[in-house]
Amino acid sequence: MSYTAHFRVWRGDSNKGELVDYNVEVNEGEVVLDVIHRLQQTQTGDLAVRWNCKAGKCGSCGAEINGRPRLMCMTRMSIFDKSEALTVTPMRTFPVIRDLVTDVEFNYQKAREIPAFAPPAGVAPGEYRMEQVDVERSQEFRKCIECYLCQNVCHVVRDHEENKPAFAGPRFLMRIAELDMHPLDAADRKRAAQEEHGLGYCNITKCCTEVCPEHIKITDNALIPLKERVVDRKYDPLVWLGSKIFKRTPANA
Amino acid sequence: MSEIERHSYDVVVIGAGGAGLRAAIEARARGKRTAIISKSLLGKAHTVMAEGGCAASMGNVNSNDNWMVHFRDTMRGGKFFNNWRMAELHAKEAPDRVWELETYGALFDRTKDGKISQRNFGGHTYPRLAHVGDRTGLELIRTLQQKIVSLQQEDFKATGDYESNIKVFHECTITDLLKTDGVISGAFGYWRGTGGFILFEAPAVVLATGGIGKLFKTTTNSWEYTGDGHALALRAGATLINMEFIQFHPTAMVWPPSVKGILVTESVRGDGGVLTNSEGKRFMFDYIPDVFKEQYATTAEESDRWYTDPDNNRRPPELLPRDEVARAINSEVKAGRGSPHGGVFLDVSSRMPAEVILKKLPSMYHQFKVLADVDITKEPMQVGPTCHYVMGGVEVEPDTASSNISGLFAAGEVAGGMHGSNRLGGNSLSDLLVFGRRAGLGAANYVDGLGARPAVNEADARAAETRALLPFKNEGGENAYTVHLELQQTMNDLVGIIRKGEEIELALKKLEDLAIRTRQVVVEGHREFNPGWHLALDLRNMLLVSMCVAKAALERVESRGGHTRDDYPVMDSDWRHVLLVLSARGEDDVRLRRQEQVPMRPDLLDLFELDELKKYYTGEELGGHRAGTAGESDTA
Repeated sequence: MSYTAHFRVWRGDSNKGELVDYNVEVNEGEVVLDVIHRLQQTQTGDLAVRWNCKAGKCGSCGAEINGRPRLMCMTRMSIFDKSEALTVTPMRTFPVIRDLVTDVEFNYQKAREIPAFAPPAGVAPGEYRMEQVDVERSQEFRKCIECYLCQNVCHVVRDHEENKPAFAGPRFLMRIAELDMHPLDAADRKRAAQEEHGLGYCNITKCCTEVCPEHIKITDNALIPLKERVVDRKYDPLVWLGSKIFKRTPANA
Repeated sequence: MSEIERHSYDVVVIGAGGAGLRAAIEARARGKRTAIISKSLLGKAHTVMAEGGCAASMGNVNSNDNWMVHFRDTMRGGKFFNNWRMAELHAKEAPDRVWELETYGALFDRTKDGKISQRNFGGHTYPRLAHVGDRTGLELIRTLQQKIVSLQQEDFKATGDYESNIKVFHECTITDLLKTDGVISGAFGYWRGTGGFILFEAPAVVLATGGIGKLFKTTTNSWEYTGDGHALALRAGATLINMEFIQFHPTAMVWPPSVKGILVTESVRGDGGVLTNSEGKRFMFDYIPDVFKEQYATTAEESDRWYTDPDNNRRPPELLPRDEVARAINSEVKAGRGSPHGGVFLDVSSRMPAEVILKKLPSMYHQFKVLADVDITKEPMQVGPTCHYVMGGVEVEPDTASSNISGLFAAGEVAGGMHGSNRLGGNSLSDLLVFGRRAGLGAANYVDGLGARPAVNEADARAAETRALLPFKNEGGENAYTVHLELQQTMNDLVGIIRKGEEIELALKKLEDLAIRTRQVVVEGHREFNPGWHLALDLRNMLLVSMCVAKAALERVESRGGHTRDDYPVMDSDWRHVLLVLSARGEDDVRLRRQEQVPMRPDLLDLFELDELKKYYTGEELGGHRAGTAGESDTA
């Protein structure tokens, strides 16, 4: 059944902005993005919103709905009380460009700082052999649609601009875990995870996991195991003993 | 007049989906400074929505597979209307392109012996699609994106600048291609965020802009699919072919209204899902066309045996090529045997255990659960046909992907010919890789062979700027959303899945009216991230491309693949060899002419039995077939 909803949408740019009230029609089965589109089509043609697939596959339409980071295209209107105002604001961790659109360049910079997949030497294309059970761990992380809701919600950077240079954020720490667990990746990534990409900043509050629209267990399956691997490497008694006896630093310690 | 930001590159790739990224990787590998221009953010392109897989005859699951079988399947799927050279190159090169992705870090699902697993799909004789669950497109685009990053990391080590050889301009839209003395000299566009204008000076442009789904009201395509590359090519003087052939994917969600058109992957059927009508009947057995009689099972028992014993049973008719399945569903609904929400039922719940469904079709489970409150492990889905893919596109030279304009290349969905009148599922991702690479290579070779670089004419850049700002200058016109909705309704109702001569004529009249209204569209507000303005400019492209679709659809008086004429329901051999070629006539009209297809090379023709070819070809065309020649030598 159709009804009129009360929307409060953040309008503005990098200098200033405010919540603007709209009354707008909502039909059965619709998602928040449908209603934002109706606003564009009928009331305010210049309302800026980023979206692409409207099917939860591209991760473009992240925003904060009543304060919770969500994909607008996968948030059904039916989960909200019809009589209550619905507040839609841009993701808070990234600078606003206009209205609901933020500048997510931070994430592309971080992506570039993670060393790429290192192909195994001497294995020709077509000769890669991996067991399903071994690829599944990394495959879970490759489900990531890069909506950056985890980056947005992570308290390490959400209200701490000063941490941004040293912290890759859950999405890209997970990328390190993914490569580290790739059966054929030839690089060692543990030291860099800790020292260059800020793994140590993460204190496993699991906020990232909670907002992930792909339900990836970012904390449990990527970040905690990566932390354990880093610790194993650092405090491995054999590695420690070897470094003392042979008076040299192992390559990866 | 404002200051225009300027850049100079060897190769400019427009579009950052699979074809664009693969083209850029190749151009950069050939030492060319390359720009990638993308309407949306990097990694969000439509390729991300491909679900089922990437077709390549690696033979990992059934060792009988090889390029010749893949070639035959592709030609059959396209009703022998395909550009056979493109289909040949595609079938031969697809395995290498997939294996290459593994060296970039892709992680496909595996077979028991650790190779890339391959799944069944409509029209493919053997399990052929490399896949990752039902999110193969995501894996493809992320892998290519990460390969671009790795190239940038190499450049950073060498030059101290990540973007010294390959730079992504995202949220940037190209509105016009620029030519000097008849050859490509650059491209003009705007930044979506700031509204500022940007000019690329480049001797080679690769179009990789994807399709045209947003011409239609219900489509599986995202907002980006506005036919930009098709229109840019036309306005630059290039030709389009096969624009009458549009694929309606048989299975998209039909309810609730807001999600109508969201794709339900063909893998649901490939992995065992069946289609039933309101009477509970598996109706596809009634819709096996004569040309496919030998290859498809006629009973449910045989169909079911095929999943475990494909060598001794024929495949289920649910896995016919997409055009056949879409038409069948359409007929069932029209006959009053549809589901409550106007589709048919697609069921996996009675076919496999819940845990298998969750494993094989996780996105589908999630999509139906969240968006429609349907648990596909417990009840059937409701699905119906939706605009999905355009077979038509820029007419290209198969080996180099070059258009008929020097310096202009096209690859992926924006290129025409490869898929003939109907594309097989899984052949799109492989098309992107094979011809993306070839376009990058073609562009690089072209640049190498060039003497002096053509300089951009300042006046052309200023004219492009004036055209882009027109919606701000207009007074009294409508907003772009209103005109766009009417365009979509017109195309959906009058040039949709089933077409009639008089309806298409009516559509053409309406398009003439819409052309005037498109020119007069008015935009409110500013230039910063203003979606109303963006749509006004995209609308100009959609209108021109709609004209192409309608004119070609009216001209072709037969039914074939993605072009079904209610008034001419039969496939006609005399039309098989006729291409309809479109070129621009001014800003918003197109010209159509007929052109003969190049006859297939005899050694490729010989890959088919004469009896099968006779169903498609006229007698005169088959003189060179081995059967005919062998017959002659016998009597001699």
